[in-house]
Amino acid sequence: MARVVVDVMLKPEILDPQGQAVQRALPRLGFDGISDVRQGKRFELEVDGPVDEAALARIHDLAESFLANTVIEDFTIRVEEVAEAVK
Amino acid sequence: MSRTPLDTVEHAAATPDVELPWAELGLKKDEYERVVEILGRRPTGAELAMYSVMWSEHCSYKSSKVHLRQFGEKAPESDAMLVGIGENAGVVDVGQGYAVTFKVESHNHPSYVEPYQGAATGVGGIVRDIIAMGARPVAVVDPLRFGAADHPDTKRVLPGVVAGIGGYGNCLGLPNIGGEVVFDACYQGNPLVNAGAIGVMRHEDIHLAKASGAGNKVILYGARTGGDGIGGASILASETFDDAKPSKRPAVQVGDPFQEKLLIECTLEAFREKLVVGIQDLGAAGLSCATSELASNGSGGMRVTLDDVPLRDSTLSPEEILMSESQERMCAVVEPEKVDRFLEICDKWDVIATVIGEVTDGDRLEIYWHGGKIVDVDPRTVAHEGPVYERPYARPSWQDELQADDANKLPRPETSEELKDQVLKLVGSPNQASKSWITSQYDHFVQGNTVLAQPEDSGMIRIDEETDLGVAIATDGNGRYAKLDPYHGAQLALAEAYRNVATTGARPLAVSDCLNFGSPEDPAVMWQFAEAVRGLADACQQLGTPVTGGNVSLYNQTGEAAIHPTPVVAVLGVIDDVARRTPVAFQEEGQLLYLLGDTREEFGGSAWSQVVHDHLGGLPPQVDLERERLLAEILISASRDGMIDSAHDLSDGGLIQAVVESALLGGKGARLIVPDGLDAFTFLFSESAGRAVVAVPRSEEVRFNDMCGARGLPVTRIGVVDGDTVDVQGEFALPLSELRETHEGTIPALLK
Repeated sequence: MARVVVDVMLKPEILDPQGQAVQRALPRLGFDGISDVRQGKRFELEVDGPVDEAALARIHDLAESFLANTVIEDFTIRVEEVAEAVK
Repeated sequence: MSRTPLDTVEHAAATPDVELPWAELGLKKDEYERVVEILGRRPTGAELAMYSVMWSEHCSYKSSKVHLRQFGEKAPESDAMLVGIGENAGVVDVGQGYAVTFKVESHNHPSYVEPYQGAATGVGGIVRDIIAMGARPVAVVDPLRFGAADHPDTKRVLPGVVAGIGGYGNCLGLPNIGGEVVFDACYQGNPLVNAGAIGVMRHEDIHLAKASGAGNKVILYGARTGGDGIGGASILASETFDDAKPSKRPAVQVGDPFQEKLLIECTLEAFREKLVVGIQDLGAAGLSCATSELASNGSGGMRVTLDDVPLRDSTLSPEEILMSESQERMCAVVEPEKVDRFLEICDKWDVIATVIGEVTDGDRLEIYWHGGKIVDVDPRTVAHEGPVYERPYARPSWQDELQADDANKLPRPETSEELKDQVLKLVGSPNQASKSWITSQYDHFVQGNTVLAQPEDSGMIRIDEETDLGVAIATDGNGRYAKLDPYHGAQLALAEAYRNVATTGARPLAVSDCLNFGSPEDPAVMWQFAEAVRGLADACQQLGTPVTGGNVSLYNQTGEAAIHPTPVVAVLGVIDDVARRTPVAFQEEGQLLYLLGDTREEFGGSAWSQVVHDHLGGLPPQVDLERERLLAEILISASRDGMIDSAHDLSDGGLIQAVVESALLGGKGARLIVPDGLDAFTFLFSESAGRAVVAVPRSEEVRFNDMCGARGLPVTRIGVVDGDTVDVQGEFALPLSELRETHEGTIPALLK
């Protein structure tokens, strides 16, 4: 079994009110030296069966049509091997 | 990265032969030549950016201006008008020292591209227009039109738009008290997302957009400027000046309602302390618009240093900064000695504020970037003296055929059973069905001053908690009527909104409009526009309700197919005591139902012809504005004197639609008797204008009849509030439970 991670971020030119709120809070909380914050979403998809090209194409489709709003967001897809469950 | 020299005014004068992408920016050849003529040289990139965006249809009204003048020329005398057309929003006197400002605008295209953000920023924009007048926003309304209810794309656009309006408005803490939702295949690909807002202020607090007084500072405050909504300017940036730029900037803007809330509070506090000389919100065309309009409305001179504009993205070029439509920004002109206090207030509200320039003695708008002068123009030529077109218009060849295709000749129901089935079909059709699935996503009651909200005939807000003074607003438009006859269709939109306001007990005072049409380059569309404006201006004159402002949205079309001409009209009214308002819902069994007005066989453009026959043809209902005025007077008097307990105006769907709505909202049925001289079908489905149904307590029957008789308004007793069915005697009886299921189930099922 494998895990596919889809990261969705607002496009760089798009205003990110949440990221800005975090960024404004940082100095107030004593964390200096951070000039910008952008906030995104991470989806972890547990895939049944092999993660082959067909599976990735399917995930690309679902990310493009459902997970991300491609008018204002970009997304990236990467495969993450899942270690066997350890007791 | 290759650096081309900064395109300063000097550089432009020295390099007259440089080709600029004026066509890509939407300017026509003769328009570009006029810019060159005005300046006496080629424009700089920044100047071209400003002219192109300010001379666009959206900002310059170049196709519509010649027609819109009628709203001024035919404006009726009205003591209520404090500020008229041309400012950010009109202002109306509602008594007791209060003034109300209201306006409707379109945000159609952005809402199609990105429904949530498009609709949300539409709300944000109209609210900023209200605060720019010095008023506190108190409510919003949203007239919406989508493609066919069962079209897959409607499922994409509608929920996004509704969530966007709800999300932004709810975050701002503004109740959404009215609007409409209409489905029609003609809006497929061109949904109409119109947004209206109302604000309240004291007379002495009215503020106008102007910059005067040399030495006064120009302060930009609110959100940082980013690359939002500057599709066009990036052409300038990438192709002509610096190839290393990202070539595509998004045309979509993202709103931040919490920033807008801070902007409201911060602006109103600055107003309270009288720190502001002039103010302008940044909407379409951003800084280009704000600087040129502020300057040209004042003495004309202004110097701005663009380097001082706080940026979200440091790679922006000066052209992009000038054109950016980043949301939640305002521009204020402040006297030098008051700047510190103004900045202090901004700081208190956590709003970024920066002095970006000052008012000068001259009459030139000068903008600097990296030490070079990149703009040197007469601001009036940018803001007010843009091109004006007398576009050719012609009555379309198909208009006669359309009008000849008489809906009155359509097959009518022949049996009681058929009549009953058509009633059910009507009240369950997407356009006539309950919209509560949509409107319940908006907060109607936040702030605790909402008196009436959807699905009442008009939204009503209390504006003084001591005296119970209130204002009401209704928005209406019927694209089907306007397609059949744009002149009378526009008048019917006004008549309906006027009637809706009066039905709730408020006195109509003033009008704002949002005129949604197809391409002005099509003479048939231009004819529809010209006719609609003429009709609306004539009707406003006759009803004594001036147009205070509004908005025109053209190019709502895909290929050759334009939307139905859709003038949406908002009427604002005032009510001295909101406790006297009249609701739609039946209140008490035994009350008598009266039909006010005349019922004729009028089915052209009707909901019945659409639902049962999928037909559009014939002529819309007759307009009788004197009758509308009389009906309004009766409804207002009856409400004030406690003669009626509920009232509902008759419009699309006719009498049966109105009675079913009143019955379902009140949880009480009705027994109806078809009056002499009418057949049951015409009685139930006709859409004759100038009518309303009222419920009169038995104790008031004589007084009410006497009043109508004395004033000459036809009144017919049609039944009584009773039981748990809608019973049309001699025809059929429908249980409320069945009507409710049909009426309320449609929209959720479509959007599931």
